[in-house]
Amino acid sequence: MSYPKDLHYTKDHEWIRVEGDIGVVGITHHAQDALGDIVHVELPAVGKKVSKGGTAAEVESVKAVSDVYSPLTGTVVEVNGDLDGNESTVNSDPHGGGWLFKIKIEKQDELAGLMDAEAYTAFEAK
Amino acid sequence: MAIRRTPFHEFHKEAGARLIDFGGWEMPVQYKGILEEHHGCRNAVGLFDVSHMGEVRFRGPKALDAVQHLITNDLSKAAFGQAQYTAMCNDHGGIVDDLICYRIGPEEILICVNAANRDKDYNWMKSHNPFGVDISNESDFWAQIALQGRHAEAIFKKLTDAPLPGTYRFTQGAVAGVEGCIIAGTGYTGEAGYELFLPAGAADILWNAVQSAGAEFGLVNVGLGARDTLRLEMKYSLYGNDITDDTTPLEAGLGWVTKLDKGDFIGREPLVAQKAAGIPRRLVGLEIEGRIARPHSAVLSEGQPVGEVTSGGLSPSTKKNIALAYVPDALAKVGTRLEVDVRGKTAAAVVSKTPFYTRPY
Repeated sequence: MSYPKDLHYTKDHEWIRVEGDIGVVGITHHAQDALGDIVHVELPAVGKKVSKGGTAAEVESVKAVSDVYSPLTGTVVEVNGDLDGNESTVNSDPHGGGWLFKIKIEKQDELAGLMDAEAYTAFEAK
Repeated sequence: MAIRRTPFHEFHKEAGARLIDFGGWEMPVQYKGILEEHHGCRNAVGLFDVSHMGEVRFRGPKALDAVQHLITNDLSKAAFGQAQYTAMCNDHGGIVDDLICYRIGPEEILICVNAANRDKDYNWMKSHNPFGVDISNESDFWAQIALQGRHAEAIFKKLTDAPLPGTYRFTQGAVAGVEGCIIAGTGYTGEAGYELFLPAGAADILWNAVQSAGAEFGLVNVGLGARDTLRLEMKYSLYGNDITDDTTPLEAGLGWVTKLDKGDFIGREPLVAQKAAGIPRRLVGLEIEGRIARPHSAVLSEGQPVGEVTSGGLSPSTKKNIALAYVPDALAKVGTRLEVDVRGKTAAAVVSKTPFYTRPY
């Protein structure tokens, strides 16, 4: 698996793509593979304040439910409504169409604590 | 204890299975994906390794009496060559295990027990044997596969000349040239199909033969993940979740295999008393709106906790969120509106008809 270079990664297997002051958040290929077939996503309300490392969403596979933590502090500005009924997109396109929510980033300096693609590739292979 | 592996372990690894620890057994939870395997079984045919299940044989002139003393169902009603589902209860009427009894002959009965209960059941049987019959644990001798789905019969016809058994019947014979197999018309999926007991030493031959014979029918290997979604759609109980030492067969909806008038058996008195006093709670099927309930989710009525989910998940066949839960008798009627607390959020639920799925053929 080659992880996209324009994303930042967490140790909890989320990614965030920064577009100005907006961050797009999803779970990584490694996370979706470990979960198996995803059948439900519970997305945050628009306007919800999320903190770095705080629970922001849930993804559920047939077997288990998993919390999704926000990679950065901010406010939810949009959620991926296309996933409703098409939850398997999180499996098939985790770094693209399977994104979960967008936040308005409050603390850009928190980015320094995340991994780049190279570091995450080494991390998830452990 | 070291983790145990079935004789099919190398085949699972070769097929790319994801292996997990299930009650001390290293078992495939999935090969390609739980949903694909579930639909493969429903729409074509699925192959399951169920060698972790245990087998106990009762032998002797009093074999039937010995089994009748242990189980809730009336095995005297089963003819030779017939299989019967039953519960086995403790002194309080709680369920030690659920079993299938195979009535082989006048002095011989084979019993299939759950993997996690192999030792518990064998010890229970040995220590409740007033008739002194020969009880032997053959679990290590047998391997077991299940072939479930609409094409199971066609595959078996390619593998054996033995007459294929109807539902809850069994025959003994050679399969793929392997002598001494038992073919049973049983399963845990709601599909037509068979469970095959085979000598563990012949596991390689059988696995390869079934794969070859099944290829033209779209045979899929099915792991424990889809085995669970398939059985949940049928409201088949999973021991340890839906039925335990602390639940009675009357509560669990197993009254149909509890024959209180067949004569004495272990647990009969408390079950008679429970029936007379009124069964306090019942295992029901729930359909839940918008959320997936998991075991131990609280069931609420008008905001008050009244019961607990024992199994839950998405039904791949119906696309509904389904669950099994114990609720008070007064709230057990189909159509009763309840709620389920799913990780702090309340979701609407309704008691629904079961099974959740009925096969279309």
